[in-house]
Amino acid sequence: MKIQKISAALLLGALPLFSATTITVKGSDTMVIMAQRWAEAYMADHTDVVIQVTGGGSGTGISALINGATDICDASRPMKSSERESLKMRFSSLGVEVKSAKDGLSVYFNDANPVEGLTMAQLKDIYTGKIKNWKDVGGADAKIVVYGRENNSGTYVFFRDNVLKGEDYVSSMQSLPGTAAVVNAVAKDPLGIGYGGAAYGKGIKFAKINGIAPSAETVKDGTYPLTRYLYMYLRGRPTGEIKKYIDWILSPAGQAVVTKVGYFPVK
Amino acid sequence: MKKRFRPGEFLIERSIQGVAFISLLFICLIFVFVFREAVPLFTGKADVVTAHEEVGAAETYGEDASAPLPQAQQELEQKHVPFRAAALTAKDWQPVSLEPKYGLWPLLVGSLKVTFIALLLAGPIGIFAALYTSTFAPKWAREGMKPVIEILAGFPSVVVGFFALVVLASILQNLFGFQYRLNAFTGGVAMALAVVPIVYTVSEDALAAVPKALTEASLALGATRWETALFIVLPAATPGIFAAMILGFGRAFGETMIVLMATGNAALLTPSLTDPVRTLSATIGAEMAEVVFGDIHYRVLFFIGALLFIISFSLNAIAEFFVRHRLMKRFKGA
Repeated sequence: MKIQKISAALLLGALPLFSATTITVKGSDTMVIMAQRWAEAYMADHTDVVIQVTGGGSGTGISALINGATDICDASRPMKSSERESLKMRFSSLGVEVKSAKDGLSVYFNDANPVEGLTMAQLKDIYTGKIKNWKDVGGADAKIVVYGRENNSGTYVFFRDNVLKGEDYVSSMQSLPGTAAVVNAVAKDPLGIGYGGAAYGKGIKFAKINGIAPSAETVKDGTYPLTRYLYMYLRGRPTGEIKKYIDWILSPAGQAVVTKVGYFPVK
Repeated sequence: MKKRFRPGEFLIERSIQGVAFISLLFICLIFVFVFREAVPLFTGKADVVTAHEEVGAAETYGEDASAPLPQAQQELEQKHVPFRAAALTAKDWQPVSLEPKYGLWPLLVGSLKVTFIALLLAGPIGIFAALYTSTFAPKWAREGMKPVIEILAGFPSVVVGFFALVVLASILQNLFGFQYRLNAFTGGVAMALAVVPIVYTVSEDALAAVPKALTEASLALGATRWETALFIVLPAATPGIFAAMILGFGRAFGETMIVLMATGNAALLTPSLTDPVRTLSATIGAEMAEVVFGDIHYRVLFFIGALLFIISFSLNAIAEFFVRHRLMKRFKGA
């Protein structure tokens, strides 16, 4: 008797959970903190919607979108044409792209490093292994320890295409999973250099690129050379709860979250 | 007396038999699957790619057309290079490069470096700990130590890896002044934590199986306990200890989480033990989640998996041989 009552109560209690719409978001590690804040803020006002956010990397998110395993995919790089092709084959849609925020891809130095900035050419030479010593870019006479992201990351691909111009990363680059790991490594290594989103920045300093530091103004007007969009991808034009959620993200309320996390609004 | 047919018993017997065979079946299926995914690399079938046509851009939503990105954001496509098996012996591992390079040497050397360091540390520790508990330790120490070391074997490797990443790496760097915080040595030290229990348990079993008659004869002839342990018991158990080292090697070679977190994951081909390395297992761990299904990169990762499978399979077979044949024969003859 008692057990029946309890289970009935449990069932009733769980009902709202089942009736709620669940939206799954998966992808970029660069965007995962922002995506979580969006979800929390949105769910606080809309108790009938459950938003599940997971990271894993842009490539992982796009694969999940193509496999139908997620509703929304976060990506720190645009979808490649081969990926759009796969999506078209399975869902006869090229996908819908939403530019949800702007990011100044930052280059990190340890706080103790006297070097303030690099030119794009120097940055390329460091990451392709042509420059190996800090003294060549105005620092101490010591080896540069290069940190980067694992090759499933959108940031890895963006950096390769836009900084290295398609050349290979130096093979002594230590690949770390996630931007937080890169920041952590550079913060602990006085000779380290790393790259990642602007929002992660504890214990390290941001390098000036071509003399320009990443800031709200320089990213907004695009003078900072490593400005990029952060995207959300859908399989089709948004409808229902997903449309409401996307519209909210693009609204001033959603964009305020972007600024709070340390990225820059799209508009 | 004629045996009566009991249907209940028959059923139970058969189902237990079935369960035993299922695990065998699983191993075979995994084996077949891993190899089937890797084989097209060598038959040339992996090269069949659909011609890339221009598929057009994705639709956009909610965009403000008045604010285009001032800097053109580049997006480059990978070149399609026909795959040859010889590419696996190149010196670079750059699978996501515009011209992908699938050289396995740096990964193999990386795995061997970490395994070597782990065995160098874990071997003596495990063997001497086993010698202590099997010959010298008082009962309470023996009963306390064995379970504790065995708990270490069940310790989640991700925890060991995390510990190495956050704590151990800094300690070792300060101690030895390494250029790189995360390197093969740090990974090897962390790995030793995972290998000690295996070396310990297997050598302990071998040492404990040494016939009492040998020990007693040695003591009766006037040898001290130390002499007996080092010159009689230890040599008698050599095949078992050798097997322990081989199993330890297999464990270290296949372990993923610890090396993924503690070795720095740079595919370098250098002789130095204090450079960062990328191991075979960590490469699968880091890249498999992302890779395009059916791609060359995907097949190369499966090939690495098959390689690891063969290595661990043969190491286990060798270890089994040493324990079964050499060790047991020796004791029976004694």
